[in-house]
Amino acid sequence: MATTTSPPAADRVAGTARPARSAARRPRRSLLPYLLLAPAVVLELAIHVIPMLVGAWMSLLELTQFHIRDWSGAPFVGLDNYRVVFDVNSAAGAELLRSFRVTVVYTVLSVGLSWMLGTTAAVLLQRPFRGRAVLRALFLTPYALPVYTAVITWTFLFQRDTGLVNHVLVDQLRLVDEPPFWLIGDNSFVALLIVSIWRTWPFAFLCVMAGLQNVPDELYEAAAMDGAGFWRRLRSVTLPMLRPVNLVLLLVLFLWTFNDFNTPYVLFGGSAPAEADLISLHIYRSSFQTWDFGTGSAMSVVLLLFLLLVTAGYLLLTNRRRNDA
Amino acid sequence: MSRRHLAILTATVLAAASLTACGSGDEPGDGGKTLTYWASNQGASLEADKEILQPELDKFEQQTGIKVNVEVVPWSDLLNRLLAAATTGQGPDVVNIGNTWSASLQATGALVEFDDATLDKVGGKDRFVPAALAAAGAPDKPPAAVPLYSLAYALYYNKQSFADAGITAPPTTWEQVAEVGRKLTGDGKWGLAVEGANPSENAHHAFTFGQQYGGDWFDAAGRPTFDTPQNVAAVKRYIDLMAVDKIVNPSNAEYAQNQSVSDFANGKAAMLLWQAAGANLKSQNMAADAYGVAPVPFPATAPAGGKRVNSMVAGINIAVFKHTKNLDGALEFVKFMTSDTEQVTLNKTYGSLPAVGTVAADPAFAADEQKVLAQTLATTAAPLPQVPEESTFETLVGTAIKELFADAASGRPVTEDSVREKLTRAQQQMR
Repeated sequence: MATTTSPPAADRVAGTARPARSAARRPRRSLLPYLLLAPAVVLELAIHVIPMLVGAWMSLLELTQFHIRDWSGAPFVGLDNYRVVFDVNSAAGAELLRSFRVTVVYTVLSVGLSWMLGTTAAVLLQRPFRGRAVLRALFLTPYALPVYTAVITWTFLFQRDTGLVNHVLVDQLRLVDEPPFWLIGDNSFVALLIVSIWRTWPFAFLCVMAGLQNVPDELYEAAAMDGAGFWRRLRSVTLPMLRPVNLVLLLVLFLWTFNDFNTPYVLFGGSAPAEADLISLHIYRSSFQTWDFGTGSAMSVVLLLFLLLVTAGYLLLTNRRRNDA
Repeated sequence: MSRRHLAILTATVLAAASLTACGSGDEPGDGGKTLTYWASNQGASLEADKEILQPELDKFEQQTGIKVNVEVVPWSDLLNRLLAAATTGQGPDVVNIGNTWSASLQATGALVEFDDATLDKVGGKDRFVPAALAAAGAPDKPPAAVPLYSLAYALYYNKQSFADAGITAPPTTWEQVAEVGRKLTGDGKWGLAVEGANPSENAHHAFTFGQQYGGDWFDAAGRPTFDTPQNVAAVKRYIDLMAVDKIVNPSNAEYAQNQSVSDFANGKAAMLLWQAAGANLKSQNMAADAYGVAPVPFPATAPAGGKRVNSMVAGINIAVFKHTKNLDGALEFVKFMTSDTEQVTLNKTYGSLPAVGTVAADPAFAADEQKVLAQTLATTAAPLPQVPEESTFETLVGTAIKELFADAASGRPVTEDSVREKLTRAQQQMR
């Protein structure tokens, strides 16, 4: 929904009436924004751009413990690290590919379910009722908790012998006879997904709730007068009106979830089970635990390019649809 | 001041502040009066360690006028932080390092080498226990550190559980471990506790079992030899304690935070393989007379080429970063920490053994536990390979064993082929 603005008529009139003064002030006005932006630009360069460029340079070096103190002595290996990364017949390449697949599935499920939960809760809490504020605050609690504290708590909950999850499943509900493992084996993916959704859905809820504030009541009233039920109103009024919010929300959730490091790191320690080996943790392990920063950097660059590609594709696609509409 | 000037000033200040923030850091020794020391976690908690160390550091300040700012770093973070300090030249002046990391950290070139002249400044080469000093760097180079606390693995057993099961003596072979373990397993209790998800612990046991089965993890040229038949058999023997002998609780496959020590202290497990567990057990209210300490067992019949090794030469070394601005003060501090008085005080507290020979006979180290550890170190312990890739070996092989324990716990078969596959994959990741 693009909008254009034009200077008020009064300004235009004033501008034509005082050309000399306007021309004199223009350079000063153009300088100030740059000065105000300068700190942000400096920080952006220092925190994001320069480290990214350094990372790209590292990916071209054989940077191990022998050269980590003095990079200038690290042998330049060109694209050799990338060959290792893309060689799915090598152990490093095969493990990266497996980690990538796990991460894709994890991201799709986590983002999809978080969005669905958040949207459902926001829609149900759209109309005022007694206790709504309490529920809103309660739903936002996981988002407000420090990530380390929250995930460590989940680690305790998922312990096989002493965790609350198995206590409920085995001792209280008697759904299974043998307590299952949650932090190793196949279930580790489920455990990771549960924690991720628990952490993420409140953000979706918050964004959708904010978006719903901009949906005029008149639209719902008109739809109701036309005989539209709850599902029809949701499909024809709510979701189309939330589209701008959802476009940004899904992109942000995708990027956050795909890069999620904290959740698996705290849940499983430095080395996650193969079933829950997300790519950010995999790259960390490839870099820091095996002290092979060249290969780790190559993996990071590939991940960066992939995310850039997906983001660009997503934005192009969504913009085209918006223009076509 | 006009609004424009105010805006320019604000922007300039913010930009300068951001640049300054980028340049701030943990400056090593400010040229004389302070040192930064990263201590490893040896006691029951980080806070307990700080309380133990602080009076000694105060003593050092009284003697030399040098203040030491100590930070106790958990083991899970220590190697990464050491690596970051080595990379950036920012960080502590003096650090504790696991002795098995010595050659790996030495390869970074960030640590002061203890050649004869430097060793003389901290008391001389002859002062240190030779086996401990040998585990402080690559064999063909001057040590990258000096030993601070000496440790070895031992078998801890619960006397009451053994008596209840009619077992009169601790096992001396793995076959006996399996046999008595089965007697001790039942009613929610298990024969043995292991730290199955802790890669370092796993790698230490892989080394010892490997030695007993005639395996080596690196050849003479320093190349990895992870998947030899001997190493496969050795790792399988260790995993079989859970997978075949069924004397280890499958839940141990999740353990990485010393839960196995807690299980032993709480009577949930009757045996434990650990390094100087006494202090930790005491902190968990297990009386010293409630457990016995014996050497780690061997195979009943030594496999071909098997060595009579039942522990790595374990321990903590103390090292100095080259980036220190107070090298003399740092070496003075190393000399202080390895002095007779401090060696007795600190090792007695932690239940470890002194790294210097002069106080080995001190009554502080006459308890049964320390006698077993000293005997092991003197006769049947061997150092882990002092090669630059050692820390990578610990990570990769330790993680492979973690995965094998997970397989065993989940009821998946652990065969020679599956062990070999994991070890081969680990080896392929070495570059």
